[in-house]
Amino acid sequence: MNPFARLVAIGLVIGCCAVIGAEPARLRADQLARAIKNDSISIPTPGELFAALEKPGKPNWSGQYRAPMSMTYRNRAQIALNLGGLIADGFIAVEAKDSQQVKNIGSDIIKLAKALGVSENLLRRGNSLNEFAENDEWDVLQEELEATQNEVKTSMQTHSDQDLVILVSVGGWVRGTQVVSAAIMQNYDERSAKVLRQPALISFIHSKINDISPELRSEPLVKDVNEQLMDIEKLVSFPPGKSPSVDEVRKVNAAVGKVMEAIQNKTDAK
Amino acid sequence: MRCRSLILLSIFLFAASPRARAETDSEVEARKTALDLAGAFTNDGFKMRDGHWCGTIKPHELALVAVNLYAGNQYWFSVGAIDPAKKIAVNLYDEAGKQVVTENYNSGEKAAAGFSPTNSGQYFVSIDLVDGRESSFCLVYSYK
Repeated sequence: MNPFARLVAIGLVIGCCAVIGAEPARLRADQLARAIKNDSISIPTPGELFAALEKPGKPNWSGQYRAPMSMTYRNRAQIALNLGGLIADGFIAVEAKDSQQVKNIGSDIIKLAKALGVSENLLRRGNSLNEFAENDEWDVLQEELEATQNEVKTSMQTHSDQDLVILVSVGGWVRGTQVVSAAIMQNYDERSAKVLRQPALISFIHSKINDISPELRSEPLVKDVNEQLMDIEKLVSFPPGKSPSVDEVRKVNAAVGKVMEAIQNKTDAK
Repeated sequence: MRCRSLILLSIFLFAASPRARAETDSEVEARKTALDLAGAFTNDGFKMRDGHWCGTIKPHELALVAVNLYAGNQYWFSVGAIDPAKKIAVNLYDEAGKQVVTENYNSGEKAAAGFSPTNSGQYFVSIDLVDGRESSFCLVYSYK
C-alpha cells in the first residue's frame, strides 16, 4: 500500500470510529429551562394539528361542523375564547374545502372581533377570506386564517387587551383538540392518535393564563377553563412513542368537550 | 405567485403594524432573509407559519426556542441573520434535550433544518452563530 492510500485508510478508520462512538449533542436542563416560549411560535395553529391528523387518511371534516354560535356575548374573555374556537372552525371548513362554510365563519369572526373593538383591518381580511373561498384557493386560505388570528391578537395588544391574546389561543386549541379527538374516535388509527400528546403545550398555556391580571383570572369562565386545563394536561401526558388507546382518546374528547361547552354556553360570565 | 404576494404583503403590513415598531430594522431585515429561504419550501407544499421569533445572537451562544410539533407532519425551520454574522447553524432537540437528526441547509447567514417527528410534543430549536460577530436573526417555520 502506498503512503497516500495508507493515510486515506487510517483516516477512514478514525472517521468511522468517531461516527460510531459519537453521542448526539445534548442540552443541559438549565438551557432547556431558559428556552424562549412565545404565543406566536410555540403554540401550533389548528391547521398544523389538522395536517397531522389527515396523514393516515382524510377524516370526514364536514362531519365535525357545529351549529352556529351566539354572537351576543358580552363578556370579553368569553368573546376571545369563542373567537379562537371560530378560527379553528375556519380551518375545518378549509380542510373540508367548503367555500360557503368558510364565508359563514369568516363573517362570524368579523362580528365577534368587532364586539372586542379590534376590527380596523379585519373587514379587509373578511373580504379576502371570501375571495379566496370563491376561487378555491385553499392553501392561501389557511395562511389568511392564521394571519387573521394574528391580526386580532396584534390589535388586542394595541388596545391594551394583551391578557385576552392567550384566550384566543386557548379557544383555538380546545376546539381543535375536540374535533381531532372526535375524528380519531370515529376512525381509530394509532398514528393519528399520537397527535394528542401535548403536555408541554398545555403547561405553557396554563402558565400564560396564570400571568394574566388577577381580575380576569378570577372571572368564573376563565377560572373554570384554567382548572379544567390542569386535568386535561394529565390526560394528554402519554409517554413518548406511545399512542393513546381509544378509551384514552374518548377521555380527552369528553374533557375538551366539557371545556368547549363552558366556553360556548356559560352564562354566569361577568 | 399569489402566495408570494401574500408573504410580501404580510411583510409590509408587519412593518406598518404597531408590533413591528418594537423590532429593530435589522430584525426586520433578518426576517426578510428567513422568509426568502422558507419561501423555497412552499414550492414543495410546505405551509409557512405566520408567526416568527427574532432576536440577537452572539458568537457560540445558543438561542433556544420551544416549539410544539405533531407526529406525522414534516417541518422546516428557517433562520436568517444579517451582516456581521457570517455563518449560522440550526439544530433541533427533543423534550429531553437530546439532539435529533435533521436534514440541514446552510448558506452563510441563512440556515434551515428539516425534521419529521415520530412523537408529538415539545422540541427545542437552537440557533448558533458559528462565524461572525453579534447580529440580529429571525426564525420562521413551515409544515406539511
